[in-house]
Amino acid sequence: MSNAADTSVLRARGLRKDYGRGEGLVRAVDGVDLDVGPGETVAVMGPSGCGKSTLLHLLGGLDRPSGGEVVLNGRRIDDIGEKALARMRRTAVGFVFQAFHLMEELTALENVELSALLAGRSPRAARRRAEELLDQVGLAGRARFLPSALSGGQRQRVAVARALSNEPLVVLADEPTGNLDSAATLDVLHLFESLHESGQTLVIVTHDTRIAATADRLISMRDGAFVDETRLTGGTTGRLGALAGLED
Amino acid sequence: MGRVLLVGRLAVRDLRRRPTETALLLLAIMAATTTLTLGLVLRDAAGDPYVSTREATSGPDVVAGVGRLAQLPGLEDLARGDGVAGHSGPYPVAPAKLEASGRVSDVQAVGRDAATASVDQPEVTQGSWVGDGGVVVEAAFATALGVRVGDPVTLDGRSFRVVGVAVTAAMAPYPGTSCLVAVGCMSGAVSGDIAAGLPPGLLHNPGLVWLTQADVRSLTSDPGSLSYVMNLKLTHPDEARAFVGANPPAGRDAPRLTAWQDILEDATEVAGDSQILLLIGAWLLGLLAVATLSVLVGGRMADQTRRVGLLKAVGGTPSLVAAVLLAEYVLVAVVAAAAGLAVGSVTAPSLTESSAGLVGGAGTPSMTVSTAGVVTAVALAVAVVATVVPAVRAARSSTVKALADSPRPPRRVGWLIAISARLPVPLLLALRVAARRPRRVVLAVAGVAITVSGIYVVLVLNAFLSTQPLAGGYDAAQVELLRQVLLVWMVILLCLAAVNAVVITWATVLDNRRSSALARALGATPGEVSTALAAAQVLPALAGALLGAFPGGFALFAALNAITGGDGDRATLPSLWQLLTVVLATVLVVAALTAVPARLGGRRPVTEAL
Repeated sequence: MSNAADTSVLRARGLRKDYGRGEGLVRAVDGVDLDVGPGETVAVMGPSGCGKSTLLHLLGGLDRPSGGEVVLNGRRIDDIGEKALARMRRTAVGFVFQAFHLMEELTALENVELSALLAGRSPRAARRRAEELLDQVGLAGRARFLPSALSGGQRQRVAVARALSNEPLVVLADEPTGNLDSAATLDVLHLFESLHESGQTLVIVTHDTRIAATADRLISMRDGAFVDETRLTGGTTGRLGALAGLED
Repeated sequence: MGRVLLVGRLAVRDLRRRPTETALLLLAIMAATTTLTLGLVLRDAAGDPYVSTREATSGPDVVAGVGRLAQLPGLEDLARGDGVAGHSGPYPVAPAKLEASGRVSDVQAVGRDAATASVDQPEVTQGSWVGDGGVVVEAAFATALGVRVGDPVTLDGRSFRVVGVAVTAAMAPYPGTSCLVAVGCMSGAVSGDIAAGLPPGLLHNPGLVWLTQADVRSLTSDPGSLSYVMNLKLTHPDEARAFVGANPPAGRDAPRLTAWQDILEDATEVAGDSQILLLIGAWLLGLLAVATLSVLVGGRMADQTRRVGLLKAVGGTPSLVAAVLLAEYVLVAVVAAAAGLAVGSVTAPSLTESSAGLVGGAGTPSMTVSTAGVVTAVALAVAVVATVVPAVRAARSSTVKALADSPRPPRRVGWLIAISARLPVPLLLALRVAARRPRRVVLAVAGVAITVSGIYVVLVLNAFLSTQPLAGGYDAAQVELLRQVLLVWMVILLCLAAVNAVVITWATVLDNRRSSALARALGATPGEVSTALAAAQVLPALAGALLGAFPGGFALFAALNAITGGDGDRATLPSLWQLLTVVLATVLVVAALTAVPARLGGRRPVTEAL
């Protein structure tokens, strides 16, 4: 992984996150080193509670590490202020959550444009971009629907569109198919494939092998540390999808 | 019995689990019950001292007066009339100027016998009754003038010594003194221009003194100019007003009659006004308490969703669930009523000093069963009104959804969302936060409007008391008392409004935990989220302040004026700049009060909420 360090979009060194102290100390993330290159898709797999989501929060600046460093696009983000972190998230990071986290009172279109509005784009530009993205994720016809009127897969596609709203350097997805049935999972899987093909840098935390199979690299995590890394051959998603039993 | 125990136990445990919220609930209801107690106790206290004085002095049922010696036969006819059981007098009355310790005041000097009269024998509270060369001063007048037994005074230049201080039920205490003399009397402040146009000899805010009849006659060189007063005891005292109505002044020489009920009203005017102020204050505070409670209850119900689900899952019926939820607030209301009754009855004596000049004025108000009943009923009503809807809604909710602890879906206000998209980030988020819970916004607007309406009325009354200290027959001590009442009113109102603002902000912060965290995950800074949470309170505060300052305050003052029968034309309404200052100050205070909870809400760790 170090050979990619010079060109990496996202880099972590000795990343650590502790909860509690003394005998009650829990090390959720334990000395993780990671480099994610531009356009690369990295999948992190592991059992529940192994620290995958915490790692993602640290990489995206949602949480502060107890030790180590995180560098995004050449700039350390583990020691900058909350305001600077927020500005960084606006432009450089897009999040996709397992529980979608859409605003229930906003339509799909309004949810997608929210990120752009927070980033200071004009209402007109934000609306245009949101319409493009909803079209891209196949939900142009559902733009005026409230989340409660959308299926799980559709909601996650809205969440992905929102994550892409500000053209982020990296999209961090936390169990994006964790709340979805098989059909919806397939929808989201295709969406991530197309993102991968378009050159979007992705870090996906999952314990779903079908999603992991779309990645360039698969990292296994246990007890807060990386225990294994497998480089998958690019462009094999269709074959791996079929191997995983999703497609014929 | 077991079910009642279960409901009680669950209610008490939940209250103990959230001590801060319970304390705020208690404070909100207690503010209303304390003010209501003060109002009701003052109402009872207003009449009591006069009744005591009437009993102690064999007070007259009707006081009759004539302006000239030539009119005396009219009084004598009256004494012999039907329905009159006894009388004292007629006694001569002379106008005079009293000088004591360098202070000069007009007085009406009544000539009395040294012997005890069967009707209206003033009760001596200090010193002794009249004797040659000795003057007895009415108690409230003595207090206002600062004279004591033994002090030398002069009446129209003749020297006397104060031999006693006494109270009477034949006339309202100073400065509510009624006019007995032919030259006439006037009360209130008089400007130089008006004073120049007044008839010579007219008495201005006269006090009452008693001398021997010989001493009164010696004050004038023309015995024919003396006025006379007679005190009548009727066979049926309760029909005094009917007696007065049946003996109307048929001409210049006919006696002028005053029923004891009218003297009672004059004597208790200040206490009555205080009571009206406090009762209106209590209603305002009751409304504010309902607003505070509604928000607190709404927030607690949202927190109790899972508990409701658990209760229903283990076999609790909807009625049991509703009973548990209601019981919490009923318990708080009962405690608040008891605390309000205690604080109100302890505080009331300090507000009843207006009764100086009557027997047993201060410290006499006492708690009655009806007062306790009314206060408890109001506290329970406040609790039930604020609780019943969310309690029933929670009780009827789906058990499965409740167990899943799914939050109540927010409202969508499409036009507001569309407008907010064009605003800077803090305002964009603020409008959306406000739009999620329109009922809470209405409560916030109403709370601020009620408070500002109260401030408006206080400004009017304060200006009235400042510019016309003797208007309406108030002396300096009484003005001070009314100011105290206004201060009590204002302090409680502002405290409750502050609690209301903090409670609403905190409820908003809790309700928006997830959406605030999401906004931050999407790139909003903590400062923007904090500003949005505070602005979501400040915008309704601005609307409430404008509503309270312009239509609300005036409407409340008009209502107060109508209830008290006051002369609103004499009041100085707040100027535009004063009202704008109140609006601005309200917005600033709400911003300051909401800043801390909003800041805490805007800086919560994002990952915890998501």
